[in-house]
Amino acid sequence: MNSSFLLSITTFVYGLAAFLYIASWVFKKELPGRLATWTAIVGLAGNTAGIILRWIESYSLGIGHAPLSNLYESLVFFAWTIIVVYLVIERKYENRIIGAFTTPLAFLALAYASLSPNISDRIQPLLPALKSNWLIAHVIACFIGYAAFAMAFGISWMYLFKQRDTEGKSRLLAPFPKPVILDDLNHQLIMFGFLFLTVGIITGAVWANSAWGRYWGWDPKETWSLITWFIYATLLHARMMRGWHGKRIAYLSIIGFVAVLFTYFGVNYLPGLHSYGA
Amino acid sequence: MRRYLLDYLNSIWKFFTRIMLSVILLLSLAVTSIVGTLIPQNESPAAYFQEYGEFLYRIFDVFDFFDMYNSWWFQLLIVLLAVNIVVCSIDRLKATWKIVFAKNPIFNLSRFKNHADKENLVEERSPEQLKDIYEPLISKSFGYARTEQTDKGFCIFAEKWRWTRLGVYGVHLSIVLLLIGSLIGSIFGFDGYVNIPEGESVNSIRIRNPAQSKALDFEVLCEDFDVSFYDSGAPKEFRSSLTILENGKPVLKKDIIVNDPLRYKGINMFQSSYGPLPPKEVTLSFKSKKTGKAYQKKVLMGQQIDIPEAGGRFVIKDFDNAFQFRGRSIGEAFSGFLMPDNGRPIEILLPVRFPDFDQGRKGNVAVSVADYDRRYYTGLQVTKDPGVWVVYAGFILLIVGCYITFFMSHQRLCIDIVKKGEKSIVMVAGTANKNKLGVPNRLKKISKKLTKLA
Repeated sequence: MNSSFLLSITTFVYGLAAFLYIASWVFKKELPGRLATWTAIVGLAGNTAGIILRWIESYSLGIGHAPLSNLYESLVFFAWTIIVVYLVIERKYENRIIGAFTTPLAFLALAYASLSPNISDRIQPLLPALKSNWLIAHVIACFIGYAAFAMAFGISWMYLFKQRDTEGKSRLLAPFPKPVILDDLNHQLIMFGFLFLTVGIITGAVWANSAWGRYWGWDPKETWSLITWFIYATLLHARMMRGWHGKRIAYLSIIGFVAVLFTYFGVNYLPGLHSYGA
Repeated sequence: MRRYLLDYLNSIWKFFTRIMLSVILLLSLAVTSIVGTLIPQNESPAAYFQEYGEFLYRIFDVFDFFDMYNSWWFQLLIVLLAVNIVVCSIDRLKATWKIVFAKNPIFNLSRFKNHADKENLVEERSPEQLKDIYEPLISKSFGYARTEQTDKGFCIFAEKWRWTRLGVYGVHLSIVLLLIGSLIGSIFGFDGYVNIPEGESVNSIRIRNPAQSKALDFEVLCEDFDVSFYDSGAPKEFRSSLTILENGKPVLKKDIIVNDPLRYKGINMFQSSYGPLPPKEVTLSFKSKKTGKAYQKKVLMGQQIDIPEAGGRFVIKDFDNAFQFRGRSIGEAFSGFLMPDNGRPIEILLPVRFPDFDQGRKGNVAVSVADYDRRYYTGLQVTKDPGVWVVYAGFILLIVGCYITFFMSHQRLCIDIVKKGEKSIVMVAGTANKNKLGVPNRLKKISKKLTKLA
């Protein structure tokens, strides 16, 4: 049993959890919902064990480092944070339909990591630039932020579906939380994500200053994280100062998450840059 | 005339107080920033010309797209945003200041009755008794509490975290600090580099922009450079042993690696690259084809030596770290001339990794490189940035400010106790300036606690 194998199994557990959440919503049954929660918890346990095991494996290879150093490891951690944030929200809001819109994201992240031929799951030694105590703080902060934005993305779609059905005709939309609650949850998650994105960018800047002697260099990855920050900053100002609500906030939240995805994946396809994220 | 001017200034001020301006500026910065990630920045004009063709090159050049983050229009957007932030903050701070630093907070019972979330309780005790029970709990969990007598009972007003209304100004101040810090850095700092051969020292560096040389008021000696590799061939560590010399005397020694720079007199030196130096001394091997014997000789670069068995003379002219042979790199290679006693000099290539290379040449002797002294230079990034502490202060303020702004609110509570026959009716009402949807939940919790006590 090695970590890659364990994480491959976890992928399917998350897939099953996502399926059960969707089934519970579509067929309006309580049982698959409860099973879904337990499946997600089992998946989370597997995910956690996979991360710890990988950490141990790296030490037994003599190149010990926290498993947060390449695309594979970051995707694994991304899936982990999405499920953690989701389970907290499920408990707080006592609503499992949000799971139908957010757990698939964790499944997709892990499936991409485990199944894509372009992503190596080998444990690689750390390059000199990555040998820093800032690595762990930087990556954890960024991915907690990304996970919150991913949740806000799913909830924005829920809001957009729900608000079209003002008369409550749709059988599928009936069990959704009220639009006001979805709108507020979207906002809460974005504030949470924004704080962690800010911490992520700042820890990255301090790290860059100790590795390369500059805290900001307009590198494409840095720039895209700033673009993301600008979009969510716009959203927060529009909401808090101009009272924007509902649809406009949902659209901005969706655009913001597209920027997150581009910061995460798209930057690797841009010309002339070093790929410390890949 | 003066009046006209004042009106004019006033309308400019008004313009910058608009939140819509912030929204437009933030989105403009987001959209324009994309350009610089699609077009590689600060490359040579020739490279751009080849990539984009003349027409696009000229258009891009007009808009400074090749160095867009330093262009006048991008910097203008940032300055406009900074003015917007400052003006907005000053404009709103007046009102906030009055609320935050009010001597006696004003509470309005009818506002709580009509415009706040509330919970209603019915208790068996009298208003006086309830007041005495509630007061300690409320003043403990809220910073400020006061009790007023009303017609039919008592009213306890309480509040906490009034100062959190200032959080957003902290965030805005932090952005201003970041901009000031980066301005200080760009005026009083520099960004340069220097290559130091092992065993040698330098007392000046090269500045990048504008390209020029800069003298240091001390000397930097690189005693040693080492690079180590993992089994996979990936680099593991770059290490330079540096010594700072003042008037020829060592004052500071440090081994620097990536992520652990040397700092001296406000100047930072970072390990950033390395490369091989042309060797000084080479050990050559001459293999005679006649006798089959091999002779080894040490030789300096450029020094002529006699080839054994009267084979003529030989001199090494050049060294290339990655010699291109038929379009492929064959690694390190020397080149030299073999001068026979009679006849023309013959140019000879000596690839280090292929010692048999010269045997393919028809001649009396085959030459190869047996050994040479491998030397490196270390490449250092040299910077000075006196603004960095202002920027770091901005970083801390930004994080703390965001936390306060997003997750702490000015919470007010009003407990109205009214006598009704033998019982009391208690209204627990509350407001918050942020996260208003969370208020009912908090009131429920407080009511539960109150019920338990009574």
